[in-house]
Amino acid sequence: MSLAAYGHCLRGVVSRELLRFVHQRSRFVAALVRPLIWLFVFAAGFRMALGVAMTEPYQTYILYEVYIVPGLVGMIQLFNGMQSSLSMVYDREMGSMRVLLVSPFPRWYLLVCKLLAGTLVSIVQVYVFLVIAYLYGVKAPLMGYVLILPALVVTGFMVGALGMLLSSFVRQLENFAGIMNFVIFPMFFLSSALYPLWRIREGSYLVYQVAALNPFTYAVEMIRFAMYERFNGDATLIVVATTAVLLGLAILAYNPARGMMTRKAGAGAE
Amino acid sequence: MAPAFTPEGGKQTRRADDSTALDVRDLSFSYSGQPVLESVSFDLKAGEFAVLLGPNGAGKTTLFSLITRLYDHRQGEIRIGGLDLRRHSVEAHAQMGVVFQQPTLDMDLTVRQNLSYHGALHGMTPAEALRRASQQLTRLEMQGSLRLRVRHLSGGQRRRVEIARGLLHEPRLLLLDEPTVGLDIASRRALVEHVHRLCREQGVAVLWATHLIDEVYPDDRVIVLHRGRVCADGGVAELVSQTASASIGEAFDRLTEGEAR
Repeated sequence: MSLAAYGHCLRGVVSRELLRFVHQRSRFVAALVRPLIWLFVFAAGFRMALGVAMTEPYQTYILYEVYIVPGLVGMIQLFNGMQSSLSMVYDREMGSMRVLLVSPFPRWYLLVCKLLAGTLVSIVQVYVFLVIAYLYGVKAPLMGYVLILPALVVTGFMVGALGMLLSSFVRQLENFAGIMNFVIFPMFFLSSALYPLWRIREGSYLVYQVAALNPFTYAVEMIRFAMYERFNGDATLIVVATTAVLLGLAILAYNPARGMMTRKAGAGAE
Repeated sequence: MAPAFTPEGGKQTRRADDSTALDVRDLSFSYSGQPVLESVSFDLKAGEFAVLLGPNGAGKTTLFSLITRLYDHRQGEIRIGGLDLRRHSVEAHAQMGVVFQQPTLDMDLTVRQNLSYHGALHGMTPAEALRRASQQLTRLEMQGSLRLRVRHLSGGQRRRVEIARGLLHEPRLLLLDEPTVGLDIASRRALVEHVHRLCREQGVAVLWATHLIDEVYPDDRVIVLHRGRVCADGGVAELVSQTASASIGEAFDRLTEGEAR
């Protein structure tokens, strides 16, 4: 197999995902409305109650809207990652996952292509959101918008790999509502997306401990630092390591030699 | 441009038997202790058309999942064009085209976009995929449909696009898992006829799974799968005389103890 063939495969998977995204306008709108409601309504309402004191990487006192934007960026990616794994469950029920898996390319490569495609879709959403936030008045240094790109790629891979792993366990589409309740909400709320860790600690030590163990916290911090032209080494290391572990597990879960797909098929097959 | 994956690229030793498109030997499989397939064996010569006939629940879909390597078989052997499926997965997959039971086209995308995606999954450039897509669609009397959205096609037309997709990378083996599900009688007949013709004209071996007896042509080879076992394998006339029946329908009923109804 030539390297060019690998390239064509990647291009094909990515362009399919982007085309599908373009055709699902309601999905795009929903993906934007969610964080915008948080920004316009929640943050505006709570800024009096929850002023945020000086905290890294910010140089001055900041408004709550400013604090919350990196968390909302993470939220967009989290939702997108889960949504693409939802589409994987759907794809599997509908068989288009099989179309992907009968391709002669190695399975790990196909899954990585799929993850990259989902990540790119989430990055498009993030930048549209950031433009709206900018117009609303939440402005970061221009260079920050460039520097967050690698952070977005890593975060997209992390949440995408998590979703892929979950999709290998979920048998049917209906079970997916549970993922909303048991994965997305805890990951988002028990993180530094809405309040800084030190502030959570003042409220509840237990919640603080959970948030400090939540990899999503580090994804948000990595994005937050990058946005203000800083590099958070610890956060990046944790996110990259988590991504590697999740990706490895997801590839194992889709390995034909393991039992995972077998059990799944057993449910519906003849 | 040459296809991205040429079987000729493989070593000589991998090509044990060139004339056999598919070779299934002693294949057994079970789900949580429940046997689904029990020492299934059959082979398919290059360019041969075989109907895999079996009532619902006979194990046809499981057999297809194993041949397409959705998951691995643990007992037995599967060879595609002489290549062991597990050891030479890449080359073996490059030689098979599949039409799944469920529709698997992207409804909002055009026929061209769907086929281009499939071409990419086989390492083709968009131009190469387009060239082959036009060729295949013409053979299926679907020329001029490239720009149409799949959503606007009829059920029979969608199936034909899926067959064109399965043949895009010019495989030696085309697998179809109950491809006529949900089609009306006229489209069903047309599809059966199309695939028979493709088999003759392109020399591709076809394994056509169905539980519908009227999809069997008098000259077809029939492999009857019942409760996970191959209980008959031969030409239509052979099966009819073996079971002392008046027709293939009756033969099928006898072989499957009437479960087909």
